[in-house]
Amino acid sequence: MAEETHLSATKDIDEKIAWAEINSDVLRSMENPRMGYWLAVVVSICMLMVGVASEVYQYNVGMGPAQLNNPHMWDLYISTFVFWIGMSHSGTLLSAILHLFHADWRKPIYRFAEAMTTFSLMTALVFPIIHLGRVWNMHWVIPYYSDRGIWPNFRSPLVWDAFAITTYLTGSVLFLYIGMIPDLAICRDNAIGWRKRLYTFMSVGWRGDDRQWRNFRKTYLLMACFLIPLAVSVHSIVAADFAMAIMPGWHVTSFPPYFVSGALYSGCAAIITLFVLLRYFFKFEQYMTLPILDKTCKLTFAIAMVWSYLNLIEFASVWYGHDIPAKEVLIAKFTGPYSPFFLGMLFCGSVLPFTLAFEKIRRNPMLLLPISIFLNVGMWLERYMIVAPTLSLAYHPWSWDVMWPGWVEWGIVFGSFGWFGLLFLIFVKVFPSVSMYEVKEMVYHRRRVVYEDAELRAHEYKKGASGASSAAPATEGS
Amino acid sequence: MARKTPKKRLLGLFGDFEQAIKVIIDIRQYEIPGVSVDNITIKSPIEHPEIEEILGDRPCHVSKFTLSGALFGLIFGAFFLAAAQANFLIQPQGGKPVITITSNLVLIYEMLILFGMLATFVGFLFGAGLMRKRSTLDDEMISLDQVGIVIEVEDENIDPVRQLFEKHHVLEIRDRELKDQ
Repeated sequence: MAEETHLSATKDIDEKIAWAEINSDVLRSMENPRMGYWLAVVVSICMLMVGVASEVYQYNVGMGPAQLNNPHMWDLYISTFVFWIGMSHSGTLLSAILHLFHADWRKPIYRFAEAMTTFSLMTALVFPIIHLGRVWNMHWVIPYYSDRGIWPNFRSPLVWDAFAITTYLTGSVLFLYIGMIPDLAICRDNAIGWRKRLYTFMSVGWRGDDRQWRNFRKTYLLMACFLIPLAVSVHSIVAADFAMAIMPGWHVTSFPPYFVSGALYSGCAAIITLFVLLRYFFKFEQYMTLPILDKTCKLTFAIAMVWSYLNLIEFASVWYGHDIPAKEVLIAKFTGPYSPFFLGMLFCGSVLPFTLAFEKIRRNPMLLLPISIFLNVGMWLERYMIVAPTLSLAYHPWSWDVMWPGWVEWGIVFGSFGWFGLLFLIFVKVFPSVSMYEVKEMVYHRRRVVYEDAELRAHEYKKGASGASSAAPATEGS
Repeated sequence: MARKTPKKRLLGLFGDFEQAIKVIIDIRQYEIPGVSVDNITIKSPIEHPEIEEILGDRPCHVSKFTLSGALFGLIFGAFFLAAAQANFLIQPQGGKPVITITSNLVLIYEMLILFGMLATFVGFLFGAGLMRKRSTLDDEMISLDQVGIVIEVEDENIDPVRQLFEKHHVLEIRDRELKDQ
């Protein structure tokens, strides 16, 4: 008994799970929302309404209440935009990397992580539009041939951003959708009413024959190969928005890898948060197991250490680079008016992850929930600390001005979390948040390992003593 | 012109992938008349890449779509951007070139990936035979935990195939007349 408990604590999935059970558990999670779900929906809508009301107010009275003014042309909107772009990175990027390296443990968690990517991008895209102020002139930024004397500057990283993010959103949606097709076919076969019609349409006639699986495998692999460099390019380009400016503290060569690692870090932390919540509310303990949580935490810890190193290298290069304004900004970050935020960022981003070095914490969902939220608070502060101090304390001392965001900005940022939450809540009730066919694959492969192991043991036993018992053969789904 | 022999499509449902594989191995080994491995389709709830060792190499053209899409994205991206910039000749450039190759490389790269991915998706839809009317010879249990083998066989050779299915503990056999001969 003790050995069995130990085994279940070390293996990613239990090979004894019946395939029918996987289907029924995941399909059940999509039906009959409980009170907790509706409560979460109401909270998300309320948060979203705060954001909408703030934007409506800003639309009517102008950008004054947002306090965006010289020298603070960029502030909370842009830092939150970078935060949401960062959040979007782990889902697709990690899913693609782990897929290429055949890391089986990604299978129960990649679906919701990819959905998180898509919704984060959709949230991020709202911020540049809000930041423009005159949202009714939004179409002016589109690079179409114009006779109004407005030309997009193709040399600007802001235009690259538009291309890169649109490509990434398209790719992420396709990657999420393609990976979901076999599951949509399962949903189609088990649904009635509007769901049946939706899943029939979306499963595009999937029958699970060898031709489809063969093409599916190749397609998924190619998409993964495209998405990895794409994801890196997206956040490098977002980093270029800053690094290609000559502002002190931004003009740093290490910014692109710093942004990419920060993006992976915040995405991993968000995956842990959603992992814990889905595991608890949808009773996915069998699929989102503690060993998988453990691995996700180890990965987060490793990325946190990379991020911390890149912070240090940035400080060192500024310190020894003899760029006086950049050095002053750095000193001001540690000692000036923004120091509580900056030190908070360092604590949440570099010190707190050391808790993940302990296995007991890595396997304790109740502890990991607040830890992962605080890791993301650190990551949000990181983005704010990139944007605000540099603009506040740039080259001209007479223009130095510490700026605190107004209620309109806070309202819109708050609303963005409601928007993201609402999209995610709708997703988990309409689409399977755990990949059924891939969990089945995990179980299948695990059974083969156990069966082969049992066969080997039986063989050795037979060699050692006569009359050894034979192992039971593995079966497909029962 | 000689009349073609009527054909049927047979679906055997198995509870175990290993059993289904044994059926195909037997078909290869004993060469049932009128049955070719090329006419066999395996339907399963999960991906079994090892199936290709038994079924043999079958074509998959997704990579060609990917390559075409990526090349199109590369060329179209370069021309689109150059055309757009050339149209803005009136714009003050401050001594910089009108068509800026270095910065365009970033955008061309994004276009290459975008069109590569779109073409891959289209290739998948075509290659996998999706968006077509589903065969009536299907079973919902295949999306749950059973493996199906579909064989096209002439009427006179149905019995040996049925026997082969039964030898390997088939759970259920269904058949449909093939009309599109």
